[in-house]
Amino acid sequence: MNNYELMVIFTPVLSEEDFKTSQKKYQDLIAELGGSTVHTNPWGLKSLAYPIQKKTTGIYWVLEFTLPAEGIEKLKIQLLRDEQVMRHMVTRLDKYAVEYNYTKRNGGFAKLDKTEA
Amino acid sequence: MAKNEIKYLTAIKQEKPKKKFCRFKKYGIKYVDYKDIEFLKKFVNEQGKLLPRRLSGNSLKYQRKVTEAVKKARQMSLMPFVTDLYK
Repeated sequence: MNNYELMVIFTPVLSEEDFKTSQKKYQDLIAELGGSTVHTNPWGLKSLAYPIQKKTTGIYWVLEFTLPAEGIEKLKIQLLRDEQVMRHMVTRLDKYAVEYNYTKRNGGFAKLDKTEA
Repeated sequence: MAKNEIKYLTAIKQEKPKKKFCRFKKYGIKYVDYKDIEFLKKFVNEQGKLLPRRLSGNSLKYQRKVTEAVKKARQMSLMPFVTDLYK
C-alpha cells in the first residue's frame, strides 16, 4: 500500500455536477482497486500557465490516496480513456511528503513562515 | 603617478557577498511541494528558468528536489516553461 497523489486537469467546459460525478467515479475506482482516499481537494477553475488543447483555463483537482502498486496501471488506463481529462499526474509520496501534506492540512504551517529568505 | 589614480584616505570597503546558506537545511524543510508556486518562484528567474545552485545557494540534495518539483509544476501548467517578466 503506497501513498500517491493524483492531480487532474479537466476541460473547463465541464459543468459542476459532471465535475462531482467524475470525482466520485475515480474515488470509487480507487476503492474498488483496494485503495482508500485520504483527502480530496478540488481547486476548481484556474487559468493555465500555457494553453493545453487550445484552452487557457482548466478545472484542477488534487486527490491524495493509498493504493497497492499494481492498481496504478488500471487507474492510469481509465484516466487516459476519459476525454474530459486534459492532463493528469500521479506522484508517489514518500514519508516526508505525507507528513508535509498532513501538517499543511491541519494548519501546521501557519506560524512557520518558510518562505522568508 | 598615473593621472587618474585616485588615492582614498580609507580603503574602499568591497561589498562582502551575503553568505549563502541552504534554506532547506536551515529551516529543516524536507519536502518540496510542486503545488506551492509561491515558494518555487524563489528558485526561478524572470524568464521562468531554473536558477543554478551558485545563485540559489541550495545544497545538491535539495536542488535536485527543487528541479523535480519545478518540472512537475511546469508539466501541470502551474508554472510556465518560458515567459517574460514573470514574478
